[in-house]
Amino acid sequence: MFKKLSMAALAVALSATSSLAATEVTWWHAMGGELGKKLEEIATKFNESQSDYKIVPVFKGTYPETLTAAIAAFRAGQQPAIVQVFEVGTGTMMAAKGAVYPVYKLMADNKEPWDPKGFLAPVVGYYSDAQGNILSMPFNSSTPIMYYNKDVFQKAGLDPEVAPKTWAELAAAGKKIVDSGAAQCGFTLSYAATWVGLENYSAIQNLPFGTLQNGFGGLKTEFKFNGKEQAAFWDNLKKLQDAKVFKYGGPGGGAETAPSFYSQQCAVYMGSSASRAGVINNAKGFKVGFAPMPYDDTVTKDPKNSIIGGATLWVLNGQKNAEVYKGVAKFFTYLSKPEVQADWHQFTGYLPITNASYEFGQKQGYYEKNPGSDIAIKQIMRGTPSDNSKGVRFGNLTQIRDLIDQQFESVLSGKKTGQQALDDAAKAGNAILREFEAANN
Amino acid sequence: MQTKRTVFQSRVLPYFLLAPQLIITLIFFVWPAAQAIRQSFLRQDPFGLKETFVWFANYTRLLDDPDYLNALGATFVFSVGVTVLSMSLSLMFAVCVNRVLRSGRFYTTLLVWPYAVAPAAAGLLWWFMFNPSIGIIPYLLTFVGYEWNHRLHTGDAMVLIIIAAAWKQISYNFLFFVAGLQSVPQSLTEAAAIDGAGPFKRFWTVVFPLLSPTTFFLAVINITYAMFDTFGIVDATTSGGPSQSTNILVYKVYADGFIGLNLGPSAAQSVILMLIVVVLTVVQFRWIERKVQY
Repeated sequence: MFKKLSMAALAVALSATSSLAATEVTWWHAMGGELGKKLEEIATKFNESQSDYKIVPVFKGTYPETLTAAIAAFRAGQQPAIVQVFEVGTGTMMAAKGAVYPVYKLMADNKEPWDPKGFLAPVVGYYSDAQGNILSMPFNSSTPIMYYNKDVFQKAGLDPEVAPKTWAELAAAGKKIVDSGAAQCGFTLSYAATWVGLENYSAIQNLPFGTLQNGFGGLKTEFKFNGKEQAAFWDNLKKLQDAKVFKYGGPGGGAETAPSFYSQQCAVYMGSSASRAGVINNAKGFKVGFAPMPYDDTVTKDPKNSIIGGATLWVLNGQKNAEVYKGVAKFFTYLSKPEVQADWHQFTGYLPITNASYEFGQKQGYYEKNPGSDIAIKQIMRGTPSDNSKGVRFGNLTQIRDLIDQQFESVLSGKKTGQQALDDAAKAGNAILREFEAANN
Repeated sequence: MQTKRTVFQSRVLPYFLLAPQLIITLIFFVWPAAQAIRQSFLRQDPFGLKETFVWFANYTRLLDDPDYLNALGATFVFSVGVTVLSMSLSLMFAVCVNRVLRSGRFYTTLLVWPYAVAPAAAGLLWWFMFNPSIGIIPYLLTFVGYEWNHRLHTGDAMVLIIIAAAWKQISYNFLFFVAGLQSVPQSLTEAAAIDGAGPFKRFWTVVFPLLSPTTFFLAVINITYAMFDTFGIVDATTSGGPSQSTNILVYKVYADGFIGLNLGPSAAQSVILMLIVVVLTVVQFRWIERKVQY
């Protein structure tokens, strides 16, 4: 009797202390709207699954804003345990050795299961150091795909079931669409001069973006994106713009690109696979087709895999309570579960991060029920990644991307040729790279 | 003219009374400025883990940078444009309101309203109206055969940010001009009228010279505004593009420092910007002031 009572008392006492001592783990993220809600749902479910740790997600604005906020907080000693950093910030984070707690080390230190081979290779390659250690936890990765308006294709006399495979086919289809009056513009590109129109263009055509395996080999890298193929591609976009076949939707992500696809102004939109949910919700009154990114058959007959975008979760050093890191490790284990991953991937259109979650979706029959939902996966998995298609890794890439955007605009306004603009961008970009190298050596 | 003079009995009291303003100035102006100067001589990684003293490297690199020189030019065009446009429009409004006897107050309230709009909100407003695909103004311009696209045409972009920034400042200038106009003695204009001066001549030869202290003060304020306070408008409308044409100095400081995390060069830029405004203000007070009739 006494034994039973004392056991009960002990149990009560234990549960009381554990609920009191639930360690809070702050997670700064950049997922607004529907994505943000889903992210919070993941955190809540994790919190409910155990009682030792409490993940507290905090929305900090856009990707650059979140990164800037985290860095400012780090300088002030107020950093969150986890911060979501977009792929462009990867170079900056990797160079900040004292600030980052590499995830492979975190998992080992806290004795959590960690299987690097379980992740999709093209995803995890982006976030590994030269020795192959994964430095940040893959979370939301996407890759650009092509969305097209089947109704407009039909109206223009094109086969709505066959998407253009090459840029030349796309240009011809666009011309037909504009000439027939089926839509005002053929196609529009988000990240027209950066992620889609230069980084992915270079990767798919197997052209170098920078030396030292696109920067994976170290800080001494220099830009090589001013090749004659890329220059010709930009000149071609300018020509297509003048013929109203291509529409530029602004710098960065291109604020006007997706809306002009939704409003049926443009027949084709190329953007992140994570736009899928948004496209399906907004494409009212027309049927959407999904297709891989076109390739340039004047450059290659064998398109490489596309490269990823999106973000990963970085763990920041300097938390006073070591328990926090234990909580982070536990949370990452939870995040890697196939069912958690598959749910996030299927809801958002981001790539499944692990092989297991891809297989989980296949077993569910998700991809058969949702045609087009596996295009992104197949596109990043095709062939063997080359040095040019593993990804890009450069310091201060945010700033360099702005430069490239501006140079692209001077091509579109006819001030420079593609070659001049890319040469200027490479020159200015290299100066920034040298500065980054100097600051981080 | 005799000025009023108050003599404090206590030695501490005046300092005590000045303290709030001094503390605010020190914390919000002097301290950050000192930080910027310090930062501009350093090369630092974004996280502040390592820093090296690099003397003037950040400055020399800036002066070699064609983008920076371009930003200087853009800032010149922009600040002159904003100052001239906002001051001439607000002077016109002020003169009009000053002639209206009964409903002057009502118009004044309406004209002062925009001043309460946050720069980012104002920027967004203009962004909508001038949006090349959905905006009303590009649509109307097509009727006169002009194809507005500030995404591509550098001139359009500059005009857009000048209009947006000037609009914001009209209220402020207007208030000062109205107050200035009301202090012009009626007897002077009446005397001029009796001497046969028409309304136009009366304004330019009597009223406008008497307004010169106000005009001068506003010119200083407007140039400072255009150089420092317009970042929100640029960010919301053009983000410095197309091809750097609206990348004014203050926006470049933000883009390089806060987005690009390139702190040293960004700090050097803000120090130069600070110097430009200091020099401009000194020049204005020393030389232009002499020609101003107070």
